[in-house]
Amino acid sequence: MFGNWWKRLIVAPGYIANYGYADGSGTYYITITTEKCNACGECVKACPAQVFEVIEDDYGDNVAIVKDDKKKNIKYLCGPCKPTANRPPLPCMAACKPGAISHSW
Amino acid sequence: MITAGVDVGAETVKVVILKDGEVLASSIVKAGLDRQKSAEEAMGNALNAAKISKSNIQKITATGIGRKEISWATDMVTEIAAAAKGANKLFPSARTVIDIGAEESRGVKVNADGKVIDFAKNEKCAAGVGSFVESMSRAIETTVEQMGPLSLKSDKIIPMNVTCVVFAESEVVSLIHAKQTKEDIARAIHEAIATRTTSMVRRVGIEKDIALIGGVANNPGVIERLTQHLGTAPLVPKDPQLVGALGAALLAAS
Amino acid sequence: MVEEKKEYWRWTEGLYLNKDIDWRKAKSITLGVDIGSVSTQAVVLTDGKIYCFASIRTGSDSPDSARKAVESALKQTDLKQENIHYTVGTGYGRVNIPFANKTVTEIACHARGANYMGGPTIRTILDMGGQDCKAIQCDERGKVVQFLMNDKCAAGTGRGMEVIANLMAVPITDIGRLSFEIDKEPPPVSSTCVVFAKTEAIGLMREGWTKNQVLAAYCSAMAHRVVTLLQRVGVNKDFTITGGIAKNIGVTRRILNELKVDMVQLQPDPQIAGGVGASLFAADLLEKQRKAAG
Repeated sequence: MFGNWWKRLIVAPGYIANYGYADGSGTYYITITTEKCNACGECVKACPAQVFEVIEDDYGDNVAIVKDDKKKNIKYLCGPCKPTANRPPLPCMAACKPGAISHSW
Repeated sequence: MITAGVDVGAETVKVVILKDGEVLASSIVKAGLDRQKSAEEAMGNALNAAKISKSNIQKITATGIGRKEISWATDMVTEIAAAAKGANKLFPSARTVIDIGAEESRGVKVNADGKVIDFAKNEKCAAGVGSFVESMSRAIETTVEQMGPLSLKSDKIIPMNVTCVVFAESEVVSLIHAKQTKEDIARAIHEAIATRTTSMVRRVGIEKDIALIGGVANNPGVIERLTQHLGTAPLVPKDPQLVGALGAALLAAS
Repeated sequence: MVEEKKEYWRWTEGLYLNKDIDWRKAKSITLGVDIGSVSTQAVVLTDGKIYCFASIRTGSDSPDSARKAVESALKQTDLKQENIHYTVGTGYGRVNIPFANKTVTEIACHARGANYMGGPTIRTILDMGGQDCKAIQCDERGKVVQFLMNDKCAAGTGRGMEVIANLMAVPITDIGRLSFEIDKEPPPVSSTCVVFAKTEAIGLMREGWTKNQVLAAYCSAMAHRVVTLLQRVGVNKDFTITGGIAKNIGVTRRILNELKVDMVQLQPDPQIAGGVGASLFAADLLEKQRKAAG
């Protein structure tokens, strides 16, 4: 039965991962929809703060994630890219062709 | 025309009295539980120094987080507008104003007239503000005033991994256990503040000249680290914590 | 830093053994070790059933904490660590467990563990750990569908609660009960930041608030903070809370009131969900390994 369970996991769709912060000044979340992620690694190259990496996740899919040592510090790492006034779109979002990366600010 | 600016901050209340754009007197009082009372005291001190009475003041503008508690203020402005105006008066060439207070920090982009173009702030989080230095000074058993001079004696940077002050306290304790010196730890703390501040200010874009104001600007350790991160030395006025009150007084006059 | 004379933060370490199980008859004996920032759990499953566990405080050294947790769990029985077929590590210190065969993220483990302990109807899990707080949605198999994790911030975490316990000089295990011994629910404290909360608490006490009122104001501020997180991912029934704070009714009841939902209480201990999940992953991986070996 565990063998079946495992197989079902591999074909199951991915998940939505939100990494970020909420404080008095608002919320900041980077969202990766792993179902849309094709593990191309363009976000890894595009991010000026080296936030991303492509790994095999717990369910055996290759997906982009926010690195372990970075995911607790999004507010400061992503701060410089946060759009205010006339700022360009986030490099990670612009680089992601399948549109798997979005943000909440 | 005589105007006054009252800046009711988390830690201190500041008052600046202006006559025709020139400073007549100023005062700083530690904020007690009753901020109205502390403001009253600060105003009293400034009035004594200026040798005038409250009735001589035509307009009083309040700013700071406790600005709404001052019943005798004729007007109110945000801390951001006050910081921009005050910094512009002292440093007309400044286009970016960094204001680091006890509980809040802000990055403000200003034009040549001292008007706010854009801003970013860090609120309700002690990481990267004055409280952070204060907590950390307690953790390494020194005073806030000693933090700057201590850190200037260090020439290495130990990376601090955590953002939150509560966790940084435990990190500092483990650094002490790991036999790191107070000097090096103090520098690491200032490095952390500088990283956070720069990251926040980058959101509005960093344009020269840069003015650094707020109580934390009294700390040479923070100035040293910020200079590294900004790639240029910030302009720091003599009484950096008074700039908000100065700005408020200037806005009252205009 | 000044050492606290009394350790108000100290919570009860947990031990459990199911005496009805004979581990010698088990085909699969797996171990899950969850090293969190504040607590470490070691959970042994025999043929997919909880056999024994230990929940201890994490020390300064992760491998050491992992070893101690396993030792405490196994001390209750004659099962030895060499009898264990597969070990999975999870939690923030998971990469530092020398005897783990594999590591799995705590998000996947909490979902899996909550699904096992609370049943397949669990859809939303709030994990309130020592240093962070995560909202997880999972499907009927315990697979993660969505999660939300935050930057390291003590507000709304076990560590934040420990700070409050020390500040108010109230044993952490009493906070929940005391926070309801009030006439009227006070408004929540305005600061989410624990550092600012310290100043605020002193102010409130001077204004004449009772200790219990201040505790209530904290618990509801903490509850409100996590409710905003939960609302970002959405709350689907059934709902459960894992981690140490799940034991603090001062926070959990206020979360439930604000969300207007009920929660499934995880038995025997909501703090071991991550360890149980890790042990379940270990069982899957063992099965897979055995199949591959024929």
